[in-house]
Amino acid sequence: MSVRVGVVTFPGSLDDRDAARAVRIAGGEAIALWHGDEDLKRVDAVILPGGFSYGDYLRCGAIARFAPVMHSIIERANAGMPLLGICNGFQILCESHLLPGALTRNDSLHFMCRDQRLRIENTSSPWTADFTSGQEIVIPLKNGEGGYVADERTLDALEAEGRVVARYLEVNPNGSRRDIAGIANERGNVVGLMPHPEHAVESLTGPSTDGINFFTSVLKSMVGS
Amino acid sequence: MSIDTVALAEVSPEHSQPFAELGLKPDEYQQIRDILQRRPTSSELAMYSVMWSEHCSYKSSKVHLRQFGEKAPKTDALLVGIGENAGVVDIGAGWAVTFKVESHNHPSYVEPYQGAATGIGGIVRDIMSMGARPLAVMDPLRFGPADAPDTGRVLPGIVAGIGGYGNCLGLPNIGGEIVFDSSYIGNPLVNALCVGAMKHEDIHLASAKGVGNLVVLYGARTGGDGIGGVSVLASETFSDGGPTKRPSVQVGDPFMEKLLIEATLEVLQAGLVEGIQDLGGAGISCATSELASNGEGGMHVWLDRVLLRDETLSPEEILMSESQERMCAIVRPDRLPEFMERCAKWDVEAVVIGEVNASGRLTVDWHGERIVDVPPRTVAHEGPVYERPYHRPPWQDALQADTTDHLERPVTGPELRDTLLVMVAAPNLASKSWVTSQYDRYVQGNTVLAQPEDAGMIRIDESTGLGVAIATDCNGRFAKLDPYAGAQLALAEAYRNVAASGATPLAVTNCLNFGSPEDPEVMWQFAEATRGLADGCLLLGTPVTGGNVSFYNQTGATAILPTPVVGVLGVIADVATRTSMAWAGAGDRIYLLGDTNDEFGGSEWANHVHGHLGGLPPRVDLDRERALAEVLVAGSTSGLFVAAHDVSDGGVAQVLVEMALRAGTGATVLVPAALEPFVFMFAESTGRAVVVVSPSATGQLLDMCGQKGVPLVEIGVVSAAPELDFADLFCVSLDDLRREHERTLPELFG
Repeated sequence: MSVRVGVVTFPGSLDDRDAARAVRIAGGEAIALWHGDEDLKRVDAVILPGGFSYGDYLRCGAIARFAPVMHSIIERANAGMPLLGICNGFQILCESHLLPGALTRNDSLHFMCRDQRLRIENTSSPWTADFTSGQEIVIPLKNGEGGYVADERTLDALEAEGRVVARYLEVNPNGSRRDIAGIANERGNVVGLMPHPEHAVESLTGPSTDGINFFTSVLKSMVGS
Repeated sequence: MSIDTVALAEVSPEHSQPFAELGLKPDEYQQIRDILQRRPTSSELAMYSVMWSEHCSYKSSKVHLRQFGEKAPKTDALLVGIGENAGVVDIGAGWAVTFKVESHNHPSYVEPYQGAATGIGGIVRDIMSMGARPLAVMDPLRFGPADAPDTGRVLPGIVAGIGGYGNCLGLPNIGGEIVFDSSYIGNPLVNALCVGAMKHEDIHLASAKGVGNLVVLYGARTGGDGIGGVSVLASETFSDGGPTKRPSVQVGDPFMEKLLIEATLEVLQAGLVEGIQDLGGAGISCATSELASNGEGGMHVWLDRVLLRDETLSPEEILMSESQERMCAIVRPDRLPEFMERCAKWDVEAVVIGEVNASGRLTVDWHGERIVDVPPRTVAHEGPVYERPYHRPPWQDALQADTTDHLERPVTGPELRDTLLVMVAAPNLASKSWVTSQYDRYVQGNTVLAQPEDAGMIRIDESTGLGVAIATDCNGRFAKLDPYAGAQLALAEAYRNVAASGATPLAVTNCLNFGSPEDPEVMWQFAEATRGLADGCLLLGTPVTGGNVSFYNQTGATAILPTPVVGVLGVIADVATRTSMAWAGAGDRIYLLGDTNDEFGGSEWANHVHGHLGGLPPRVDLDRERALAEVLVAGSTSGLFVAAHDVSDGGVAQVLVEMALRAGTGATVLVPAALEPFVFMFAESTGRAVVVVSPSATGQLLDMCGQKGVPLVEIGVVSAAPELDFADLFCVSLDDLRREHERTLPELFG
């Protein structure tokens, strides 16, 4: 039986179709989840996709955090379910306090869309196990508020505990502290990532197919568990 | 507040009305009185004034635009032609594609961010109102000189507005143009193109069919935005002195538009809609009169039911409001509950404001009093039509006689190298990534090609790889030198760009940006350009599916360069066969297809190096273009080409630089013996493309070109070295080229 990966659609989600496509290409079953419905439809893992949930009103991710579906997701994530937040999804994870820190306006003050080189630094999470440690990949990055910030103690702890999942190489596109592109929670099952692996799963449409490993990783981790 | 009713109008014929302030001429006002056989009520006057404005009625351009229909090439591809919200083209396998480009020039000058943002919003709703899912957007833009202070105000705002709105809708921005010229200062051009796709059976039209069906207004609430914006803002120039007419432009909410897209696609797919119309310029006036006019001919509207953002709005203002993110649907009464349910799912407000009837009249009530009672066709389709006088400008001969022959040319290797480095940094030729990196080109995961490629390409059917490519082009300098040829050159370039990507050109849209139609010299430019475009489309077999006219692009007596932006749509059976501009393996052979002549009139070299505009534009040969396109498509589809790139602004030198920088590897360049190096590098002769093939494929390429009668010459070999080596003349590193090519826009706009 194939692994069921839920993809949530909030009002204003944009990359939900892309995330579902990536799950399918990786060999999983993509299950559409609706923001207003607490039912997680027996999924094994969940992706919060990119976009502008609730128009980014108030603060990016601040309103989505209170959507009914998030009650169930937070509960399951705290019990160990793999959960990946991409871009706006990362912002929602921070607003939900599943991950520490916050995403702030890019230091350039411009929205930035580019093919971004990253180094994968943590391969113990269910979303990155298919990478080799230190592997360099290129996937799209596109955000207006992607600067990762946290207090120094938190940043030190993230580094010390190996919870920096991916780091920007060559160019820091948004002023993120310590070039951080993605982090994991203490348990490792919840990962937030600013760049977009779901846009790098086909050579036809992406700058590479490096992104697919995030999705194959979680499928294997579920089969293995 | 007293309400002006039909009853009141009938008994007060002498009541004086501000028709001139609303942009109506005395004879137009009299025409309205003749139609109604009484004076119009203030609400009727509001409706006629916006619907009879230049922007809505095309009253000055209509007589010329007719050619697009009269000269249309015979084709089975056109499913819906000119006159609807957007034309619809058959691309096979049951799929249909709709695309259109529109201008939002004047609002974008007044308020760059919101003007550009709402331009995107409007064109996206046009595409949706055909029943299609919007797939991608593009933006042809024109600005004043890159270093002018006002460009520093306008450009960043417009770019941020396009990004801020488009990125939030989840539509990839796949191309467009950015051109600088002093004539656009005070009159930037912000054109927005959207393409969408649907299955044939999902095509919808803007018509109110079925007596008893309900008129539902849904989306954002109606507020005081852009009241009179259409007639007043778009139809008067920003001249000094005289009364100023600059009402507020509209403010966009892309989040609402995104919800509106999803809700609209749901109600369309569920079969809940009989007819549909977007609300853009002229708001409810336009939507109700056009729906009624295209349908049973009668409609009654209860205007007080419209959901308002501002309760103090008068009925006249509600009729004219251009509040964004609204749509109007015709729904059968038995399907209304489900329609309302689907809207509620997406948090979109909806309300029934009217009913279709067979009265032949559009009637509007305000709290029980009749304030409008008109034949809808007279509002929507039977407005005034003008045969504006036009004549060839007396200065045209002198302009064409002032050729580029006397301009000093670089000759030696070092001179040519210096000129190349100056040219690649020219604002019109420099890298536009400072702009395009602010747009999301990846969302939806179907973008196969995006800027800086020749054309944007989108996959439509994931199972078969069926897709479309689109390019927009126009060189306004060419159009100024010869508007007839200029329009054909714009068509030829967009057509060639689409073919270079590997797609077969199929159909055309346009956005005709000109000065005042009341100036006979501008009107001549418009008449020549439309005639040239219509003749060109007939020759190339690509019908015009729709478009837009923007007049009054001038400051005082100075009009912009005539700018007939042409968009060409092509179809590709499998997007996997597309061809990019990036060459790859060392040793691959570089060929130039087409003839190179000593043609510099209107060229970027004459413009940037000498500030000169004069002479004649490059000679256009559409039969040759057609043959070239056949070679480009065949070479791409068969996998013969490693890379292909059309030759236009900046000539072959610019093409080689772009191909090398895109690939990250250089080439050894051979200047053909028959050509002066300067002419080879910078001439802008049309009907040319550069293609790259593996050494083993050269024979096949020669055969193919021989069969089609397309001349070709080998001009180089791809190398592993990071430099362009112009044999005996000079050598320049890719690092130097990249630095010069990429620094211009960031240095100007930060």
